[in-house]
Amino acid sequence: MQIREEKADILIIGGGAAGCFAAITLAEEYPGLSVILTDKANIKRSGCLAAGINALNAYITPGHTPLDYARYAAEDAAGIARGDLLLSMAEGLNRVTAKMEKLGLVIQKDTEGNYVTRGPRNIKINGENIKPLLAAAVNKAANVRVLNHVNMVDYLLSEGKVRGAWGIDITQERIYLVAAGAVICATGGAAGLYRPNHPGHSRHQMWYSPFNTGAGYAMGLRAGAEMTSLEMRFIALRCKDTIAPTGTIAQGLKAAQINAKGEEYQKTYGNTTAQRVHAVVAENLAGRGPCYLKTQGITSEEESNLEKAYLNMAPAQTLRWRETGLSPRTVNVEVEGSEPYIVGGHTAGGYWVAENRATTLAGLFAAGDVAGGAPQKYVTGAFVEGEIAARAAAEFACQNPPSDATAEIKNSVVSAVKKYFTKSPPSTFDADSLEEAMQSVMDEYAGGIKTCYRYTEASLKLADAHLKRLAKLSDSLRAADFYDLMKIFELRERLLLCRVLVSHLAARKETRWPSFAAHLDYPDKDSAYEKYVNSKLVAGEPQIIFRPLVKLPGGEPQ
Amino acid sequence: MSIAIEKEKCVGCGRCAEVCPGNLLVLRDGKAGIREVKDCWGCTACVKECPRQAIFYYLAADLGGAGGRLYAQDSPDTLTWIMKWPQGTEDIITVNKNKSNEY
Repeated sequence: MQIREEKADILIIGGGAAGCFAAITLAEEYPGLSVILTDKANIKRSGCLAAGINALNAYITPGHTPLDYARYAAEDAAGIARGDLLLSMAEGLNRVTAKMEKLGLVIQKDTEGNYVTRGPRNIKINGENIKPLLAAAVNKAANVRVLNHVNMVDYLLSEGKVRGAWGIDITQERIYLVAAGAVICATGGAAGLYRPNHPGHSRHQMWYSPFNTGAGYAMGLRAGAEMTSLEMRFIALRCKDTIAPTGTIAQGLKAAQINAKGEEYQKTYGNTTAQRVHAVVAENLAGRGPCYLKTQGITSEEESNLEKAYLNMAPAQTLRWRETGLSPRTVNVEVEGSEPYIVGGHTAGGYWVAENRATTLAGLFAAGDVAGGAPQKYVTGAFVEGEIAARAAAEFACQNPPSDATAEIKNSVVSAVKKYFTKSPPSTFDADSLEEAMQSVMDEYAGGIKTCYRYTEASLKLADAHLKRLAKLSDSLRAADFYDLMKIFELRERLLLCRVLVSHLAARKETRWPSFAAHLDYPDKDSAYEKYVNSKLVAGEPQIIFRPLVKLPGGEPQ
Repeated sequence: MSIAIEKEKCVGCGRCAEVCPGNLLVLRDGKAGIREVKDCWGCTACVKECPRQAIFYYLAADLGGAGGRLYAQDSPDTLTWIMKWPQGTEDIITVNKNKSNEY
């Protein structure tokens, strides 16, 4: 078993929006510190922005303030968001946007040079190449070394501090041990926990990246970090079958949302992100579905612009329109809800962090989708968090130089990997079939698509029992190569995250967000739950902790 | 939904394997191949990266696919998408990379 050891002042795990921006910040502001950035793939196209993005959805447009943005995000989350985190995120949005433009991002401007808005908080861009642009900037940084195709598995801990991480190099088939003064976790959120919209051939035709498997959450939980608000799942309202974004049509074209009878239904349900998903579920259950974005009758020019916009982020949609001949000008675009995801950039699930994005573990900072408490951060908010976490990690690293991993740690890492390459008795399952089993459990008992996102105390108990059973089965999985091994680690990350997620769903005995967390035993909002549901692992079992709300100045509506 | 590689066009440069966010593409005997078609996310990173247009994206039957193949040709200023249909015709959409989306 080959081991490669590296050392740096700061280790960034994950080179998506937050991780790349953290690296760029460290290059500009702390050129004297050495940085290693690891990514399970290649940062040029890794993470959830691989295909590109169509708009920047978090921007302070003229006439608005960061506090307005923070209030909007807190309201959308029905009060369960961190006022301090939202404000510090919102205050940086325009600064990072200007920086991204300097890195080459094309942003639409009017004749006076002002950004053209798409909605009250959004601006229009060509974001197909956002990852190549970020990657180019990171690769240019003299003090940053990028290790592509290195999938981190666990933190290295010493005297209660996070002192690096270990992982596996998929292409070179070796173990990586990276000792660091401080670590920034930017691994993204988690997809693939629930049975997806198309469980067969197109199982990965999903909105969020199927390669974002919740590694950061699992690593944090195993090391004893506190998580928050995992029960605030994110379910994306998307174009039917392609699971392509709908905002392009809803906001860009101001298309109405109608049911099969042609009625505009949304106002009956309210207009938060959760209510928009719930409205489609409820209309379908009431026999008024399917639901559509009304595009019939748009002009040829509008249709052509739509086709281009989708090619820049979700090419399946354009191909589908052309291939079926059901163009948006002639046929309305049907919408459906995705399977639930855990993604801190949209809702609030993730690491419990301080304003400087320090986690509850000394030496560990979190940014982007893996960090909790600041919903609606989107890409620009992830940039801001990357910046904040980079500065805090740099200060920490200056006081805590990296030290070599001990022989004891090295030995334990080697045996943790070797175990999966030993012979095991013939088995009737593999990582793939256990993943499918886990997704069925989550779908049926923990509020997946099958139950219209609803669950009960009894069903959650069953989910927990099955997840424990599957975790035990996963102990006997064996790998043929390092790619196989990564798949096993990914499954185990998801199984752990699912268990903690189920305990969060059970702990919030109310229904604050329809669809996102719809508890049939407690179908109403309850003011007793105006608090955060947090958790950590104690002796391998999820333990729930309630914490009081951190509100915005002037409070916020519940 | 997945991608497919036209082996006769593949020159084995490995650029697709380098950029796939899921590490799904591997070189075997000098040609790129996908480990498991069901694991593709459809991000089309490999489609855009391929210098020979040897990789196409397709919708399978479960997504209403009727055999269309989506290829891309990247250049500094434009990204050209080529959709080839089973009957032999094709549609081409060229996106100006220096211009923002309208929506």
